Amino acid sequence: MKKIEAIIKPFKFDEVVQGLLQAGIASGITVTEVKGFGKQKGFVGIYRGKEYEVRFLPKLKIELILNDEDVEKAMKIIKEKARTGEVGDGKIFVFNLEDIMRIRTGERGKEAL
Amino acid sequence: MRLVIFSTLILGIMHFSGIVFAEETQPRIDTGDTAWMIVATALVMLMTIPGLALFYGGLAKRKDSLNTIAMSFVAFSIVSILWVIYGYTLAFGKDISGIIGKPTKLFLSGIGINSISEAAKTIPEYTFIVYQLTFAAITVALVSGALIERMKFSAWVLFCILWMTLAYLPVAHWVWGGGFLARIGALDFAGGTVVHINAGIAALIGAIMLGKRSDTSLIPHNLTMVATGAGLLWFGWFGFNAGSALSANGLAGAAFISTNTAAASAALSWMFIEWLYLKKVTILGISSGAVAGLVAITPAAGFVNIIGAIIIGIVAGIVPYFVVAKLKPRLGYDDTLDVFGIHGIAGTLGALLTGLFADPAINEAGKGLFYGNPSQFFIQILAVAITIAYVSLISRLIFLLIRLFVGLRVDRNDELIGLDESLHGEKAYSLHI
Repeated sequence: MKKIEAIIKPFKFDEVVQGLLQAGIASGITVTEVKGFGKQKGFVGIYRGKEYEVRFLPKLKIELILNDEDVEKAMKIIKEKARTGEVGDGKIFVFNLEDIMRIRTGERGKEAL
Repeated sequence: MRLVIFSTLILGIMHFSGIVFAEETQPRIDTGDTAWMIVATALVMLMTIPGLALFYGGLAKRKDSLNTIAMSFVAFSIVSILWVIYGYTLAFGKDISGIIGKPTKLFLSGIGINSISEAAKTIPEYTFIVYQLTFAAITVALVSGALIERMKFSAWVLFCILWMTLAYLPVAHWVWGGGFLARIGALDFAGGTVVHINAGIAALIGAIMLGKRSDTSLIPHNLTMVATGAGLLWFGWFGFNAGSALSANGLAGAAFISTNTAAASAALSWMFIEWLYLKKVTILGISSGAVAGLVAITPAAGFVNIIGAIIIGIVAGIVPYFVVAKLKPRLGYDDTLDVFGIHGIAGTLGALLTGLFADPAINEAGKGLFYGNPSQFFIQILAVAITIAYVSLISRLIFLLIRLFVGLRVDRNDELIGLDESLHGEKAYSLHI
């Protein structure tokens, strides 16, 4: 089992989720509004005639748990759907997952996926 | 009613021809005037809470937004109490040598439901008292914008008490209570000097004496609140300016339309100048311009015609823009929300421009330089100068006193945590219940 964390541009969210659902590989998705910076620079805001720099940009973080064999497929889908080709498209992180428990039933591991 | 208008006309004409009457019109409560003034009072109240509270609160950092809102709320509450105890009588009581009112109406003693003030002869004195109360309250609350994100709450409470007493009451008396500025003929329809120059100068002094915030960035945490607050200010300002006619009459109508015109002109002139310089239109710019226009038209509202209102509005959207965007960064003071830049500067502009644009066809009490009365302009300069001189002196004294007794600033650590949490134990936004 693996966990994928993808940081993406917020306006790409719907496409990414649609892609993952259509491929039938996501049993659940968690999404969080996050702020951060990478290679993409921030933007310049205006406050009463003065410019100021905003370093941390809003992004969305998508988290999902997958069977090992679906990981490549999921990464491909996210890459295709979230890509604009410009700096700041985000990153995908893949983690090994130790265990899972479904709180309602107490099922463990793959049973709980 | 016709008869009343007719006789007023006759009186007016006779007044023009230099006939002086020993007896003026008998004070009599008019129900139409009273109804309007009660509504106008409620409108002005709305300007402070929640209008100004939202306008300032949205501009503050998220971690200081409740503290900023609390400053307006507590200012309104403190002034409400002090006004009925001694504020009203010191500002509007019988004049003592042009300086202050006589304290004969402490706790509103001697005033009943049939009483009528000398200053407003067609409405109950009670209505006049509470109308004036809302002006005192917003003036004090306005100052808070320069002091947010670093001031002790105890210091702010003391400031509200001392500053209303020592700064607002005398100046209100000088201009509106029959004091010496009224006698030299200074024109201030709804409070350019009393409210906006007063608050703007105190704000500048306070910002300098408190010093800069640890983090001087200005990133509004919620511009939706700012725009809502600006909208409520604009709306409430109709009570402020049109209400200052103290009657439901044509003068109130004139003040109403010039108020709206100047606000719109300034919103647009600020918008265009930001567009020109920074290639973008901002809602903060439009809102700030509207407020600057409202400030500038305040002293002029019941004196100028529509052309005067448009010009005053355009100027009010441009000059404060440069003071805020260019002059402030150069001088380096941390007037956090630009109370001086917007209220002080636009208030001064408005007071001076009233001396140019006052049109006797709108209000026979005011005749400006462009209508053949150059001395009015100099009287306006004098009134502005006296107000600035007095308020900067007394405000400095008040801040020094507060610093001596309780200190002005919170600990650096409390400032970094944010005043909402460190002073109030509250958070404006929380994820969970």
